[in-house]
Amino acid sequence: MITKKDVEYVAALARLEFSEEEKEEFKKTLGDILEYAQRISEVDTEKVEPTAHILPINNVYREDKVEPSMDREKILKNAPDSHKGCFRVPRVI
Amino acid sequence: MLHYMTAHELNAKIREREISAGEIVRSVADRIEKLEDRVGAYITITADRALEEALRVDDALARGGKLPPLAGIPTALKDNMCTENIRTTCGSGILHNFVPPYSARVYEKLVQAGCVLVGKTNMDEFAMGSSTENSSIKRTCNPWDSERVPGGSSGGSAAAVASGMAAFALGSDTGGSVRQPAALCGVVGMKPTYGRVSRYGLVAFASSLDQIGPFTRDVRDCALVLNHICGYDRYDSTSADVEVPDFMSGLERGIKGMRVGIPSEYFGKGIEEGVRERVTDAIGVLEGMGAVCDEVSLPHTDYALSAYYIISSAEASSNLARYDGIRYGYRAQDYSDLVDMFVKTRSEGFGEEVKRRIMLGTYALSSGYYDAYYKKAQKIRTLIKADFDRVFKDYDIIACPTSPTVAFRAGEKTDDPLQMYLSDVYTIPVNIAGLPALSVPCGFSQGLPVGLQFIGKPFAEHTLIRAAYAYERSTEFHKMHPQV
Repeated sequence: MITKKDVEYVAALARLEFSEEEKEEFKKTLGDILEYAQRISEVDTEKVEPTAHILPINNVYREDKVEPSMDREKILKNAPDSHKGCFRVPRVI
Repeated sequence: MLHYMTAHELNAKIREREISAGEIVRSVADRIEKLEDRVGAYITITADRALEEALRVDDALARGGKLPPLAGIPTALKDNMCTENIRTTCGSGILHNFVPPYSARVYEKLVQAGCVLVGKTNMDEFAMGSSTENSSIKRTCNPWDSERVPGGSSGGSAAAVASGMAAFALGSDTGGSVRQPAALCGVVGMKPTYGRVSRYGLVAFASSLDQIGPFTRDVRDCALVLNHICGYDRYDSTSADVEVPDFMSGLERGIKGMRVGIPSEYFGKGIEEGVRERVTDAIGVLEGMGAVCDEVSLPHTDYALSAYYIISSAEASSNLARYDGIRYGYRAQDYSDLVDMFVKTRSEGFGEEVKRRIMLGTYALSSGYYDAYYKKAQKIRTLIKADFDRVFKDYDIIACPTSPTVAFRAGEKTDDPLQMYLSDVYTIPVNIAGLPALSVPCGFSQGLPVGLQFIGKPFAEHTLIRAAYAYERSTEFHKMHPQV
């Protein structure tokens, strides 16, 4: 049901990579789980609305008011690489 | 045995100056020192800090100051709740060095109430698992039998409370991660209604299902802790702006005349005989106290697990996209460009089960499969919720097992993800429907604890607490402790 190509396609979307051995393993476990999950297709849901969220909440708005935010230096302490108050990443352009 | 006292007992003793907060925290710190190597409940221990805070409580009391309501109570938090300046790993290699610049709302609230943090507890990586074996940090043993798992994903919190290494603990419950380990370790565990407790500062797994809840040694403590963690928070727009009652009031009103639904689907194939017997005995006890128990049906139960794994994995794949090695956490050493840095960072940083869920969720959301999986699962969600709504028209609560089995052996289910998922089959429907539910000890099978689950109407935690308290008063199970 799940091919090696599927595994590679989904892995690329998820920004993950796997060894050949792991791909074989995923073919099996993902296939098994999806086969089990497929049982929901038995249920007639023609007239059923989907529920995304259990509470009757839609958009929650607030006043556009300036408030103090977290300390920049403190946040950057967790960054693997930073430079002059910014996060540093490999060259993009 | 100071370390096995409940928070409400400790509270009274501190106030009556029978015992000092310092003595209490020291007894728990000694207990951790003695047992942690064997139990493995903690990722980070903060007992030294807790002791300093306890001494300040004693100082304040000596000077005749007014104490906050939970002053000096030794508390543990699952390691997916952010604690400012205290490492928060989420049981993951990708966050092994993360020191949050802010605190989760629940932690702030508990600190305000006077609680002292003794440590951050072990968990399945990103709360994905049912045995705590998916932690990238360490293994946690079940205090009742070291060869068995404590359940999961909040296994460390459950084991800490069961073995006297904290007076109470918080966990998070996305598909049963508070209730199932509470059942397997013989303590009380509650998942409040979705939205009851702010998720601000809780590392997100599946945002429409996640909810924080307490592990306590009795039901009164469960009510006490709930009183201090519930409520609307403008930093969590999904938290509910609903009045929070005093959960301690009405505790002793009993359950005479309470209508209890017993769902036949929760006693079907897969349940261990010993679990069925204990839960059936417990229902007999409820009837003996005047509750009216009838068999009811939740016909879509069989589809809940499938819907859950699609919805939770889809939400997880989206939530975990943030781990890119830029702002915090692990970054791979060798990479060729930006995208390769993302790929290597994530592939090296995440464990096997987390990658499996990300893959499953990404697949379910990908073009061409969205309708068949994700949208379909959300329709099943509507049906599962409707099942509960129907039962709650005629019944006040539902009573059933928390887990189909007692604690299983370490390694028993690690090679078969589906078997592992099945251990949450009785807890998952509750998250899908956003309901409150509680697990209370109801006896032993093979020498291991069994949990009785009560499920309630939205925002009716007080009814669950009242029922569980009445049941607990008629048993001795909450007074039994493991020989660790």
